[in-house]
Amino acid sequence: MLETPSTDPLPILAAPTVHVIAPHKGWLGLNVGEMWRHRELAYIFAWRDVKVRYKQTLLGFLWALLQPLTKLVIFTVIFGRLAKIDSEGAPYAVFVYAGLLPWEFFAEALQRSSQSIIEQQSLVTKASFPRMLMPVGAMGASLVDFAVSFLILLALILYYPDVHLGWRLVGVIPLVVLTIIVATGVGTFLSALNVAYRDFRYVIPFLIQVWMFLTPVIYPVSVVPPKWQWLISLNPMSGIVDAFRSVVLAKPMAWTNLGISTSVALLAFVVGVKYFRRVERSFADII
Amino acid sequence: MAQPAIKVEGLGKLYRIGPRGGYHTFRESVTESVKSPFRWLARMGQPSSAAANALWALKDVSFEVQAGEAIGIIGRNGAGKSTLLKILSDITEPTEGRAEIRGRVGSLLEVGTGFHPELSGRENIYLTGAILGMRRAEIKAKFDEIVDFSGVERFLETPVKRYSSGMWVRLGFAIAAYLQPEILLVDEVLAVGDAEFQKKCLGKMDDVAKTGRTVLFVSHSMPAIHSLCTRAVLLEHGGVSIDGAPAEVIARYMSIIGAVHRKNDWPDQAAAPGNEDIRVRSVRVGSTDSQDTALITMKSPIRVVTDYWVLRPGRTLHLTYHLVNEYGVTVLTTGCPSRQCQPGIYRSSFCLPGGLLNSGEYFLRLLIVEQGNQVTFDMADIASFSVVEAEKREGACLTREPGVVQPVLAWDTLPLGSGAEV
Repeated sequence: MLETPSTDPLPILAAPTVHVIAPHKGWLGLNVGEMWRHRELAYIFAWRDVKVRYKQTLLGFLWALLQPLTKLVIFTVIFGRLAKIDSEGAPYAVFVYAGLLPWEFFAEALQRSSQSIIEQQSLVTKASFPRMLMPVGAMGASLVDFAVSFLILLALILYYPDVHLGWRLVGVIPLVVLTIIVATGVGTFLSALNVAYRDFRYVIPFLIQVWMFLTPVIYPVSVVPPKWQWLISLNPMSGIVDAFRSVVLAKPMAWTNLGISTSVALLAFVVGVKYFRRVERSFADII
Repeated sequence: MAQPAIKVEGLGKLYRIGPRGGYHTFRESVTESVKSPFRWLARMGQPSSAAANALWALKDVSFEVQAGEAIGIIGRNGAGKSTLLKILSDITEPTEGRAEIRGRVGSLLEVGTGFHPELSGRENIYLTGAILGMRRAEIKAKFDEIVDFSGVERFLETPVKRYSSGMWVRLGFAIAAYLQPEILLVDEVLAVGDAEFQKKCLGKMDDVAKTGRTVLFVSHSMPAIHSLCTRAVLLEHGGVSIDGAPAEVIARYMSIIGAVHRKNDWPDQAAAPGNEDIRVRSVRVGSTDSQDTALITMKSPIRVVTDYWVLRPGRTLHLTYHLVNEYGVTVLTTGCPSRQCQPGIYRSSFCLPGGLLNSGEYFLRLLIVEQGNQVTFDMADIASFSVVEAEKREGACLTREPGVVQPVLAWDTLPLGSGAEV
C-alpha cells in the first residue's frame, strides 16, 4: 500500500493552514503535492472501477480473460491465416498478441479516462479533490485488466516452442510506463474537452479505431518503407507497440523509432496535463 | 483577537447564461479556430465578454466567521447560497474577490456523494469517505461507529442500489458525520430522511458546533437555522442583505419571501376585501412584547389588529377569525361580540397568550358575520405568521414536538411515601 504510517489519525489538531480561494489566471503547473495528498483517492477510484466492472455477471473476472482471447483468435484467423500478414517469422498468434496487449491497454485507458469526468458529474459539482485523479484512477483499472491479459501472453510463450521466457520480459515495464504517459496526456486532454464539447464522446471511439490501424498492431513496422519510419514513429504508440513486440519476440530494438515516439509521448503528456489544469477550474460550471 | 476561520472579501461569481449555457458547439469552435487557431481551446471556462448573457450569482459578498461560530446562510432559491458554498468548498472558482479559510474543511453538499449503486454499503463507506477527504486509516478506525450511526449493519454487504432511500441517506450522512473537519460546510442535506433521523443528524451537527468547530449551514428550514446557528446571513440577489442574530435575520427573510404576511394593508377602500357593508383596511400580526417585525416565539403573546371601514349604518355585525395551522387544521376560532356600528373606521384586536401555540406556520381566515348568523364575507389567508421555538432546546431539531398546541402546563409531583406503604 501507498499508505504512510500516521501517528495522528486526526490531523485537525495541527495548526490550521490558511487556504486562499481566489480566481486564477493563466496556466498552472501540475499540482503534484495536492495529488500526492489525495493519492488514496486515485487508488480507490481504480479499485471501484475494477470492483464494479464485473459485478452481477455470471462469468465475473473471467471476462477479463475472454475478451483478449476472443480478439486473439479472430485476429489470428483473419489476419494470420486468411490475409496471411507477414509476422517476421514468429508465430502470428504471438506476434499479434504482443502488439494487441499494449494497444488494448492503451485503448482501454484512453477510453475510460476520457469519459471519467463527464461520467461522474455529481462528483465534479459536489465534492472537492484534484480533478486529475479521475482520469488517473480510470487508468488504474485498465492496468488491472492489462495484468490479467498478460497471463495469456505468458501462456502463448509457453505454448509456442519458437519463443522462450526470459529476463528480457522485464523490459515491458518501462514500455508500460511510457504507455501510461501517453494515455495520461491524451486521456486528460480528451476528458477536459469532453466536459465542454460532448462531440468528443462520439469522436473518441472512432479515434481509437483509426489510431489502431495507424499503429503496427496487426502488421509489422517493416511494411513501412525505411525512409518513412520516422513518420510512423510520430505516433507514440507506434514506437511503443513495436518495442513491446521486440521485447517479447527477442528481436533487435528500433531505438530511433522508440526515441521519436518517447519524445512525442512526453510532449503529449505535457500538453494534455497543462490543458487539463488550465480548464479544470471551470468544470463544475459547465459540465 | 484570533484570525477568523472564514474570511470572505468581495467575492463575486459570474455565470454565463442563455440558451447554451457555457457550451460552445464544436462546429462554432472549429469555424473560429480556422480564423484563430487554438484560441478556442484556451477559451473554455473564461468569462464571456458579452455582458448581456452574464449573471452575477454572487457579487461583492464579504463576511467573517470566527472559529466556533455556527452561521446560517439563508435566502431564496437563486440568491447565491449554493454558489457561495461551492466556492468555499473549492468546487468552483470565484470570478473576483477572495476567501481565506483556516483549517481543514469538510463540505457536505449532498448526502452520499459518489455512492456507487453496484457497490455494497461497506465498500461505499470507504469510497465516499475517501471522496470527502478521509484517509483509509481514519475510516477504518471509525467504521463501526459509522455503521452504528447509520443503522444499516444488516445490509452492509448489500449493494446500495437495493437500499431504500432512507437507508441511503442515513448511510450517506453517517459517513459525513464522522468526517470531523474543523470547518463544516453543509448544504440543505438535512431536509431528507425521516424525522427521527433528522433529529439525530442535527444533534450531531450541534455536537460539531459545541466542540469549537465552525459550521456554515445553508438551509431553507428556519426552525433548523434558529435552533442551530449563533448568527445568520441573508443573501439577496447575490449580495449580503443582513448579517446578524438569527431571529432578526429570519424575520426579515420571512417578510421578503412573502411566505408570511404579518402585515397586510389595503389603503384603497374600493379594492379592499369585504362587501358593501364593511371593508378591511389592514390586518397586522405582532408579538406584543416588542416591535411589529420581531420574531414570534412560542413564548410571546400574539396580537392581531384589524382596521376596517363600516360603510352602512344599522348593520349588526361581528368579525370572526379562524386560526389554521400549516397542516390545514383549525387550531381555534375567535370572534368579537356582535354590535351595531355607525359608518366609520374601527379597530378591533385580540391577543393570543404566549405559551400556547406550537412552532410552525399559521394562517388567519377572516369571516364577517352579519345579523347574527349570515356569513357575508370569508377570506382565507388574510394574514399569516410563523412561530419559532423560544430558545434552543437540547437536541432541538427540524422537527417540532408533536401537537397542535403546546401550552405551558403546570406539572405537579408529590411524594406519596416509600413504595412499601402503597
